[in-house]
Amino acid sequence: MEKQQSPEEKQEALWEGVLAPKGPDGDPLPFQSPEAEKAFKERILRFKDAIQMKKLPDRVPVTIFPSMFPWLNAGMTVEEAMYDYGKCAEAFKKFVKDFDIDVHWGAAAPGPGKFFEIMDYKLYSWPGHGVAPEHVYQCNEGEYMTADEYDALIQDPSGYFSNVYLPRVFGSLDGFAMLPFLPGILEMYGVAFNFIPFGLPPVQNTYKKLFEAGGEALKWAGAVGGADGELATLGYPNILGGFTKAPFDVIGDTLRGTKGVMLDIYRQPDKLLEAMDAITPLMINMGVGASTMTGNPLIFVPLHKGADGFLSDEQFKKFYWPTLEKVLLGLIEGGCVPLPAAEGGYSTRLEVVQDLPKGKTLWMIDLTDMADVKATLGVNACLLGNVPSALLNLGTPQEVEDYVKKVIDEAGTDGGLIVCNGAFFDQAKPENVKAMVDTTKEYGVYK
Amino acid sequence: MSKKLVNAIADMKEEEALNIAKKMVEDGSDPTAIVDAAREAMDIVGQRYEKGEYFLPELMLAGEMMAQITEMIKPELAKMPEVKRFGKVLIGTVEGDIHDIGKNIVTFMLDVNGFEVLDLGVDVPPQKFVETIKKFKPQVIALSGFLTLAFDAMKETVGAIEAAGLRDDVQIMVGGGQVNEEISKYAGADAYGKDAMAGVTLAKKWTGAK
Ligand code: B12
Repeated sequence: MEKQQSPEEKQEALWEGVLAPKGPDGDPLPFQSPEAEKAFKERILRFKDAIQMKKLPDRVPVTIFPSMFPWLNAGMTVEEAMYDYGKCAEAFKKFVKDFDIDVHWGAAAPGPGKFFEIMDYKLYSWPGHGVAPEHVYQCNEGEYMTADEYDALIQDPSGYFSNVYLPRVFGSLDGFAMLPFLPGILEMYGVAFNFIPFGLPPVQNTYKKLFEAGGEALKWAGAVGGADGELATLGYPNILGGFTKAPFDVIGDTLRGTKGVMLDIYRQPDKLLEAMDAITPLMINMGVGASTMTGNPLIFVPLHKGADGFLSDEQFKKFYWPTLEKVLLGLIEGGCVPLPAAEGGYSTRLEVVQDLPKGKTLWMIDLTDMADVKATLGVNACLLGNVPSALLNLGTPQEVEDYVKKVIDEAGTDGGLIVCNGAFFDQAKPENVKAMVDTTKEYGVYK
Repeated sequence: MSKKLVNAIADMKEEEALNIAKKMVEDGSDPTAIVDAAREAMDIVGQRYEKGEYFLPELMLAGEMMAQITEMIKPELAKMPEVKRFGKVLIGTVEGDIHDIGKNIVTFMLDVNGFEVLDLGVDVPPQKFVETIKKFKPQVIALSGFLTLAFDAMKETVGAIEAAGLRDDVQIMVGGGQVNEEISKYAGADAYGKDAMAGVTLAKKWTGAK
């Protein structure tokens, strides 16, 4: 029998892999110079040391985790970034090199426009499809899962997604509504009945679309993956291993919408809780699976509807945190480093979320006061943040410099800090963004 | 009866509130009494929200209860006298941005505080604001936005209002997640409101309401 790896060993193995990147052919990635190789490893170790909080890195690491900034700053529209994969990749490479950040997060933000078209994605409008070329895509929030469908979701989340939810949000997946119940495929007698749907035109059309969409996704992944590879040879690692979500947000963002989930807190709290329990292991597997596939431990978990102002303390403790905590612990158990992004303000939540195992998580901080975060959550968790979008947009390089120094003084003197923007910005003055990076490199050195 | 209705709504007892309202309608109560009770309850909800006792679930449920009760007495409603309002506010999330949760709270709070609010929804182009100002004639414009793109959209909206020669007729406030005092200045607005209550205070100040 194979020896079970401990979570620590799993994580170490993932970091080992990150430190020894492979090219597309499976051979060790050829670096463009010995300096690039050295920089690559230093950057990863700097990041890893900051996260694990066991020993001080040589200096505070710095990164930029933007929304559409790399492309808008290159003079492109969002539409171009979504449709011209080559240009998208080129602009991203230039962005990472120009700003010379320690690690980057990949060029996936714009996504493949053509793919969304093939799939007839209804959950979003995007440039060329109901949105101006220079604007970011827009979520069409709604009750894609109706109030009476909780039992269906709870009993079989995957089946609910494939046969009910997906056909509602992807026009091209309407054939999925006819798919057979897979756990019903049990014995020879009658087994062929299950396969009749695959002979029917709507299902066959859906599969045709899927082939096409898959090809398009692959084309896009080739371009953005190519950018990753090239950046790696230059010494810039992509640190993002995958993503998952808080079960409350799966329901509140994706399935029931804000209004739906908020009303369910009163109208059917037990169903809501039960559904979140049912989704929890799936969200853990999603993160752990992604990290196994990409070979990278960092799993991004954007937090939405538990921020200050959304729920009362009691509601947060009852509805938001328990399953999120399970997801975070499950990811850690699987060798991952969860990266929850505490979007917006999180002051009222700090006390509740602070007791996580030390050196195992990385929290992106947005509008919450860094000194407060350091004194609570920051005792055990590394912090990523939090230069405000408004400052990057309208401030001066001097103001950014002052802000970064303040963050380092407040939250970085003993490690456990990575300087970064606080929110996923689209627009900013490049000189301000540069000031964020440069100040960290100069002022953030540990002596 | 109507006191009970006030409490049921204010305490988030949806079923009870709807039952009482239904009973009042069946008993032939004056629809004004029902509406007044619902309004009184909304006031309380607003106050509890201000005090940090209530949050989004309560605001949304209160809105739902109000909508259902209004639906019950709809036929009678048309005959009722309009309530006196302090002033008119035109609100919307600026072009390119679809975040509406914060804006909806501001709308709710302005409404319970006695303003007539017209909500243009999300992703509202500057020209749409301009056209609506001409028809609706609000004293106050409330622009909400969360994306960095919204900062420019706010500026463009204020610019379009100015270009249409309407700038002196209105006071403009801005707000939303990442928005602050600096962005208000950048956009050429009159003030920034940190939260829904700040928005109400500004609107009251500008319209001379107490
Ligand atoms: C919920 C949410 C969403 C939902 C929106 C659902 C909806 N129907 O609104 C979804 C998931 C769809 C979404 C999508 C996106 N989002 Co979003 N989202 C958020 C989130 C988590 C909460 C915003 C919110 O609703 N807050 C709730 C309200 C009640 O809180 P509030 O801001 O404090 O509101 C008060 C005040 O602001 C004030 N107020 C608001 N408006 C006004 C107006 C006036 C006049 C006044 C006086 C006051 C006022 O009163 C309110 C009540 O007191 C924020 C992060 C955060 N927590 O702030 C990100 C955030 C706003 N989103 C962001 C981004 C980038 C996006 C996306 C681009 C992400 C993506 N790549 O898909 C898309 C863009 C969509 C688009 N084109 O607009 C970024 C913006 C970054 C920036 N500015 O630098 C944020 C800040 C996340 C982050 N930390 O990076 N998002």
